[in-house]
Amino acid sequence: MQLLTQRAKPVDRRPMNWIEKIYLWNIFKGMLITLKHFFKKKVTIKYPEVKRPFSPVFRGLQVLNRDEEGRERCTACGLCAVACPAEAITMEAAERLPGEEHLYREEKYAAKYEINMLRCIFCGLCEEACPKDAVYLSETFAPANYSRKNFIYGKHDMLIPDPVTHPEEYAVARGLREQTTKSQS
Amino acid sequence: MTVLALDWSFAIEKLVLIAIVITVSLVVAMYATYAERKVAGFMQDRLGPNRAGPFGLLQPLADGLKLFFKEEVIPTNSSRFLFILGPCLAMLTAMMTSAVIPWGGKVELGGRIVDLQIADINIGILYVFGVVSLGVYGIMIGGWASNNKFSLMAALRGASQAISYELAMGLALIALLMLTGSLSLRTITEQQIQGNWWNIVYQPLGFLLFFICSLAECNRAPFDLPEAESELNMGYHQEYSSMKLGFFLFSEYINMFISCTIIATLFFGGYDMPFVDEANLSGISALIVGLVALFGKTFILIFIFMWIRWTLPRFRYDQLMNLGWKGLIPLALINMVITGAIVLYTMKAH
Repeated sequence: MQLLTQRAKPVDRRPMNWIEKIYLWNIFKGMLITLKHFFKKKVTIKYPEVKRPFSPVFRGLQVLNRDEEGRERCTACGLCAVACPAEAITMEAAERLPGEEHLYREEKYAAKYEINMLRCIFCGLCEEACPKDAVYLSETFAPANYSRKNFIYGKHDMLIPDPVTHPEEYAVARGLREQTTKSQS
Repeated sequence: MTVLALDWSFAIEKLVLIAIVITVSLVVAMYATYAERKVAGFMQDRLGPNRAGPFGLLQPLADGLKLFFKEEVIPTNSSRFLFILGPCLAMLTAMMTSAVIPWGGKVELGGRIVDLQIADINIGILYVFGVVSLGVYGIMIGGWASNNKFSLMAALRGASQAISYELAMGLALIALLMLTGSLSLRTITEQQIQGNWWNIVYQPLGFLLFFICSLAECNRAPFDLPEAESELNMGYHQEYSSMKLGFFLFSEYINMFISCTIIATLFFGGYDMPFVDEANLSGISALIVGLVALFGKTFILIFIFMWIRWTLPRFRYDQLMNLGWKGLIPLALINMVITGAIVLYTMKAH
């Protein structure tokens, strides 16, 4: 038979000799192995204090982006909803009224933008589909919740903080992503 | 102070000693559960409990509290009296063994000579054997009263295991007793302090047999058949909940502590600190050195118990019986005969 790997070892079927029969020596060898593990470095990550770093390409919760003046980028074109294989995104468009130019970048905006995080498979196709760079996937995941209803994230949950009025929060929300993209380029 | 022809200060001294010994064995058992989980974790490359308090040190308290707050379930078809008696008996027999262990030498405290041993009876080790064989009643009654076939099966296994291994244990001990010529644990310890060597040097095979048998007597892995989770759900305490379950689990750890102390006393010189001459030390410092020595030896032995548990898988039932009857008992007999011959030849009997 052709072996797939070089690791296969034939089973030793010789009758046990005297040392093996009384087992004590083998038990001692086994105990040395467990003792070796006793002093090994532990693999546990102490979760709330230490968090495991995500990979730079990690696809987590969606974030709705704003431009430099703090206006929402989304124009409710619906391309993300079309691209979404899990049909997790729903949105309702509305027309920008005079006087709302500081809120929305384009003449049309998303009045309602919802992603069902229980349906979402975090594939990132919405991010790829978006022509306005309005939605991207961040490096966190949806926290646990008690009811299904709360897993439907609205604009309020996903919109990035305003860079003009809340620069610190914006920097925090933005920071990690910029760092990783910079180091990649 | 002699009222009713009783030395009352003696009675008070003994009561205080009993209280201290019981408290200490409870605390040690409590932290043995913590240590067990830590050792298990470390041997499996994990950290073990580390959430409650610094390094998880409050974990046993949290566990105890949890057990107290659990619902107490007594199955309808069980015998109520026996169901409650089971864990009580298990706990009682676990505690009673500690009465004959010499925890340290005699010390002078406030003009009185205080003996750090609850009862220095001349049949000390026989008393231990008697109480240990009573210990199986806790398991038997618990398993029987549960009115559940798995529990009953586990109790039967526990009883047959205990009886088979007690035989080998007793035979292994007879060889040692031939050398010491005394059944009193105090005398055995003092002989080891005065002599050059600990008893393990004279009785290595006897120690090995005794150690294996005490693993079996404590229902510790690889002999934990009475509570084989994978075969008997949980074993004899399956129907138990709340602190009654806690008593069963706890008595196992007390048993482990006490049997480690007895092994330390019989084979490792008890409260004898190696390379230190106790005769040169004054009362209190000798006491402290003795306690440190005894507890150090006991804790090392407890660690070895845990080390074995997290290394070896459980025996099959027929393997257990084969080892006990065809392995240990003949070996113990041979050991006994050889020791007897040597004692007769050299007249080393004390």
